Amino acid sequence: MNSDKQQGLSRRRFLGVMGTGAAAMGASLMGCRPKTALEYDPAGHHTSEVPIGQMTYRQFEGLNDSVSILGYGCMRWPTVPDANGKDIIDQEAVNELVDYAIEHGVNYFDTSPVYVQGQSEAATGIALSRHPRESYYVATKLSNFSPSTQTFENSIGMYHESMKRLRVEYLDYYLLHMIGPGGVGGFNQRFVDNGVLPYLEKEREAGRIRHLGFSFHGEPEAYDWALQEHDKGNFHWDFVQIQMNYLDWRFGGEGATVDAHYLYEELEKRQIPVVVMEPLLGGRLSNLPNHIVARLKQQRPEDSVASWAFRFAASHKQVLTCLSGMTYLEHLQDNIRTYAPLVELKEEEKQFLYETADLIHEYPTIPCNQCNYCMPCPYGLDIPAILTHYNKCVNQGNVPESKLDPNYAEARRAFLIGYDRSVPKLRQASHCSHCNQCSPHCPQRINIPKELDRIDHFVEALKQGTLGDQA
Amino acid sequence: MLRKIRTTLGLLFFVGITWLFLDFTGLAHTYLGWMAKIQFLPAVLALNVGMIVLLLALTLLFGRIYCSVICPLGVFQDIIAWFGKRTGDKKHRKMPYSYSPAKQTLRYSILAIFVVALVAGFSSIALLLAPYSAYGRIASTLLQPIYRWGNNLLALWAAHIESYAFYETEVWFRSLPTLLVAVVTLLVIGYLAMRHGRTYCNTICPVGSVLGFVARFSLFKIQLDTERCKQCDLCARNCKAACIDTRQGSVDYSRCVTCGDCLEQCKHDAIHYIYVKPGSSAPATQTKTDHSLRSFLTLLGVGATAALRGQTIPKATDVKMDGGLAPLVPKEKPHRATPVTPPGALSARNLTQHCTGCQLCISACPNQVLRPSSDLSTFMQPEVSYEKGYCRPECVKCSEACPTGAIRPITVADKSAVHVGHAVWIKENCLPIRDNQPCGNCARHCPVNAIEMVPLDANDPKSHLIPVVNDEACIGCGACEHLCPSNPLSAIYVEGYQVQRVQ
Repeated sequence: MNSDKQQGLSRRRFLGVMGTGAAAMGASLMGCRPKTALEYDPAGHHTSEVPIGQMTYRQFEGLNDSVSILGYGCMRWPTVPDANGKDIIDQEAVNELVDYAIEHGVNYFDTSPVYVQGQSEAATGIALSRHPRESYYVATKLSNFSPSTQTFENSIGMYHESMKRLRVEYLDYYLLHMIGPGGVGGFNQRFVDNGVLPYLEKEREAGRIRHLGFSFHGEPEAYDWALQEHDKGNFHWDFVQIQMNYLDWRFGGEGATVDAHYLYEELEKRQIPVVVMEPLLGGRLSNLPNHIVARLKQQRPEDSVASWAFRFAASHKQVLTCLSGMTYLEHLQDNIRTYAPLVELKEEEKQFLYETADLIHEYPTIPCNQCNYCMPCPYGLDIPAILTHYNKCVNQGNVPESKLDPNYAEARRAFLIGYDRSVPKLRQASHCSHCNQCSPHCPQRINIPKELDRIDHFVEALKQGTLGDQA
Repeated sequence: MLRKIRTTLGLLFFVGITWLFLDFTGLAHTYLGWMAKIQFLPAVLALNVGMIVLLLALTLLFGRIYCSVICPLGVFQDIIAWFGKRTGDKKHRKMPYSYSPAKQTLRYSILAIFVVALVAGFSSIALLLAPYSAYGRIASTLLQPIYRWGNNLLALWAAHIESYAFYETEVWFRSLPTLLVAVVTLLVIGYLAMRHGRTYCNTICPVGSVLGFVARFSLFKIQLDTERCKQCDLCARNCKAACIDTRQGSVDYSRCVTCGDCLEQCKHDAIHYIYVKPGSSAPATQTKTDHSLRSFLTLLGVGATAALRGQTIPKATDVKMDGGLAPLVPKEKPHRATPVTPPGALSARNLTQHCTGCQLCISACPNQVLRPSSDLSTFMQPEVSYEKGYCRPECVKCSEACPTGAIRPITVADKSAVHVGHAVWIKENCLPIRDNQPCGNCARHCPVNAIEMVPLDANDPKSHLIPVVNDEACIGCGACEHLCPSNPLSAIYVEGYQVQRVQ
């Protein structure tokens, strides 16, 4: 069972009716104007307030936590190049973001030993340790991806290292990172046969892990099995982290995506709290073609495009928190506006989003969320940048099918010039050796060499002026 | 009036040709490519008889207006002289030059050296003297980087506002020796022009000497009216060519470039540009040693830069972290037993014999394939290498740009039939062998499908595939070499052909 905990429930209802756009007015009308921070919105639409003290929280039986519906994903911390040109985390910016988040009611922080080239945990730890331990929940993961690191010693070493870097005595949420690849056999090899999972369960008993769960990507075989074992009482999952958004909900199971609807219902059935990842698909659900943006804006002109995706994820009752990897303060502010408080989607709004998903699905974008798990490519390619540029051009209508297309010349120019701008020549798709070391790491199961090859052929056809000739 | 027409035309030509050298979009060549082809030396080297006759006829008719209108180095010197005249004391500003006798021996000796060098195949010496080549190397090695940096600033701004009006282009120094030669050329010619006007044109320039010889017999000439002339010397003191001798009442037509500067100076209406019946006198000759060429030649032995070595491709680390970019190891130039020539050059010999080293093809190459050679026998002539790009199948820019026939025009359709070399496999660099990783990027990018992937172990079809090259099908474009993931030396590289094959 869960319940929404909210200071001032009557006001929340009132605002729910009025809509968030009228929040400030509503509050002042009631004569109890909440503490707010006046913020400049760099998008230039309006200067709106970022509410303090109105965050929606979720509670579940057995967790003993009150978790903000907005969770901070620590995979996309801002970076700056150091003296050698290597990207390092901008600690000062992270501190500011974390302070701001906590001030505005965010209390769940999700990281991993591998995020941001292994720098995320330490940076998150520094920022969080400046706050009282009880004011936040921290989640991290056992990310022993390489087979060579899947021994008992290595895995447990990784676990202890996480606590050290995060500067904590206990972890609130600990996840087996990305079960799925390798199926049941892979799961057993990685976590059971080497004795790691029994060890972690003991740590839970000892209180150093408050809640144990897993995150899932890929074929549902391992997922189903892990939940069946939960039913049998062999494992106990306090929570599960899944990819969930309206696109994967609508088109789950087709091609590379996950069936979010199925995954969610399996957890709802068992009353297992759900941590949502990729509610915005790495920004793909806010970076949409103009006419789809217009469609969403028309419904709620004052709300961001992203807010729809966040409201969708959070409108499901079994959801504990929705993770968002917020690199910029503006993203954080926008999400706080959406969730302080959450205005749940009405049934017709859900239908409207499913129809929107149908429109998005017509665009042949590659489902890359720029998680960077595929990187670094040993041959120097910038895989996420290549795929992102391609997707951007798809959304902007700059991927012509033939040189006879009416906008061919402009589209060609935009694609090629933009390609050189986004990706240095020596990191472009033409340099892919098809070694395929990347694909196994892709949570979206993209066949990366195949997609790069396709993009490279497209680029060649544009350069040689032969687009559509073979067809 | 004559002067105004000359300045306007001269500037038009100058801006046009300079743009040819600066432009990297290919637009300039479409409209202005002819401007390079009407240059005298390129026309000679291209054996463009029609153009040679036309230029000679022009000179025979009007004198050396070629030198003050068509020749970019001529106009360039005039521009420098214009600034030169505005420096120094008042007297210098008013009367910067003075008559000096022609240095005929030096002049014709240099012409003789030039012709011998050209015929005997020591083209690098000839290229140091030729006017169009000299301007070409100044424009393409010194001006083009500035132009491109300017463009890149605009591109930065365009990227900022999501516009595709400008795109970034790579600026790279293709050859240190050529750069130094260009700098010295600029300094020497710049100094001469600043202080002495057209000294280069009338003592060093071989084209100037040839046209000067013809110009003696031109029909339209500057004519001094000795009756009216008060010998005030205003015309002579403003003559960049130092060719008006008011004492003798004569003009040295072999040096006069028909600039018309003198016409506006005369206060006594004593100097005119008019039709003169053939049979007028040519002034006497005197020789005095002038600025030498030795400074040019000493530069020939300048060494090349050392390249970074010893890095290998990093392998995926055991603790798999997400994010980051593997460092790029720059490609190194492989040793080629036979240099590769640009498609259309016919042969190494044809290229050397016809090339004026003007750098036009090098400026035009959009794929960073061409750069000036540092080799003594082919100094400053284009050289092909694939570290920064490869000779793309849709591009024939250099063959369109070449004004001399050193690179003959070819069409995009011809391109895949012109074989400039063939790919050679270097086993120990190849990924399947070196890193035990599958690859095949060379075969995937070969535009003529000359590379076949076969199992390394003929008896084991599941072993890694390695490339085998069909030498007869290979055109030597360098796609395989450039795109080979092995760095700094590729596992496949192009060996050139002495004579290009068309099949």
